[in-house]
Amino acid sequence: MRRLNADQRHTVTLTLNGQLVEGQATPRMLLSDFLRHELAATGTHVGCEHGVCGACTLRIDGSMARSCLTLAVQVDGAVVDTVEGLAPAPDRLSVLQESFRKNHALQCGFCTAGILMSLDTLLRDTPDVNEDQIRDVLSGHLCRCTGYQAILNAALEAAETISKETKDA
Amino acid sequence: MKPAPFDYVRCDSLDEAAQVIEQNGDAARILAGGQSLMPMLNMRLAQPAVLVDIMPATDARQITVDKAVLHVGAGVRQADLLAWPGLGAAAPLLARSLPWVGHTQTRARGTICGSIAHADPSSELPLTLAALGGTVILRRGNKRRKVAAADFFMGMMLTDKADDEVIEAVEFPQMPAGTGTGFREVGRRKGDFAIVACAALISNDRVRLAIGGVNDTPVLHDWDTLDPSDEAEALNALAWSLDARADLHASARYRRDLVRNLGATALKEARQCAA
Repeated sequence: MRRLNADQRHTVTLTLNGQLVEGQATPRMLLSDFLRHELAATGTHVGCEHGVCGACTLRIDGSMARSCLTLAVQVDGAVVDTVEGLAPAPDRLSVLQESFRKNHALQCGFCTAGILMSLDTLLRDTPDVNEDQIRDVLSGHLCRCTGYQAILNAALEAAETISKETKDA
Repeated sequence: MKPAPFDYVRCDSLDEAAQVIEQNGDAARILAGGQSLMPMLNMRLAQPAVLVDIMPATDARQITVDKAVLHVGAGVRQADLLAWPGLGAAAPLLARSLPWVGHTQTRARGTICGSIAHADPSSELPLTLAALGGTVILRRGNKRRKVAAADFFMGMMLTDKADDEVIEAVEFPQMPAGTGTGFREVGRRKGDFAIVACAALISNDRVRLAIGGVNDTPVLHDWDTLDPSDEAEALNALAWSLDARADLHASARYRRDLVRNLGATALKEARQCAA
């Protein structure tokens, strides 16, 4: 058992996109705010702050999670992946990101960081993913300007590309 | 929206959590998956002085099954149970309703027991537990008591759990062989709270329909037999007997209509799989 006092800032150490990082957080600090304000990792966006919109979705220890419904102190020792970690190199997009660009699957981009994290996790965990599964995961996100069809098309195309790459490998 | 300040206690076992809750009573709240409580904290609808995190408690993540019940520990995540290979055989109704609970993203952390503790009137898990006549196991320190679902859910987000108790587990009873199950709901978006949800169970000697989202707690209605030719009338009478109210999400009339229509499709599904 470990008790952290409400008024004090506590050290939180985590692996963020493969790098060991450290920051300070009071118990009430949300993971979304911790990333943005303490670690200056602003790729994760903050929308509704009660788990509905999906903009702040990231990965904790391999599973999708709403960072606005997670406390920073809860990820001490955890592995956290955010949108900043998707591109394999600064000048190269991931297959999914490239497919988003090609299919015009983002307009304002506010919801995109969360959607990319959900779909990246789905495509990684489900090699033979189908349209229903993509729709189901996409239901956990709100997009107000792009329209979901372009996002769905991008995800389907990315899934096909990844499956082809795996076969050819 | 940020939570008000609280002390955070990370518990490595449910024993520790039960102890902290017993000592702190209504000043403390259990944080399991956080998918119901964290929004309440963010909106400051809940302002506990102590937050007791049981996510690291590995002893609370047991799923066990015997001839009588499926036993689900306090820390079992919805995604864990959904992925558990024995679910369809042990609790077919739960296998139907669980995919409707939240989204993939929230099921990855949200727990079965947490949703039952939250007791939202339109939530699928309280409805399923009530429909099956399940049990909640509560713990105060090292003392345990079992409460039937019918007694546990007392009102909107109001349960029989005392402030110094924790839910240790819930038990979903096994149904007699050949029981048919059906589940249907309508919400604004897949994964959102149901406007109305209906669970149906059909066995040799009983037809049961359980309805969520209308009254403050799940409503059960049993018939000894229900001839399909009498069904429309029976569902209409049932719809009018409920406490359907109008709110932001739906009118009372629409809710009654959903009870009639979802009730019929849930019963049809149950009848087909019983046959």
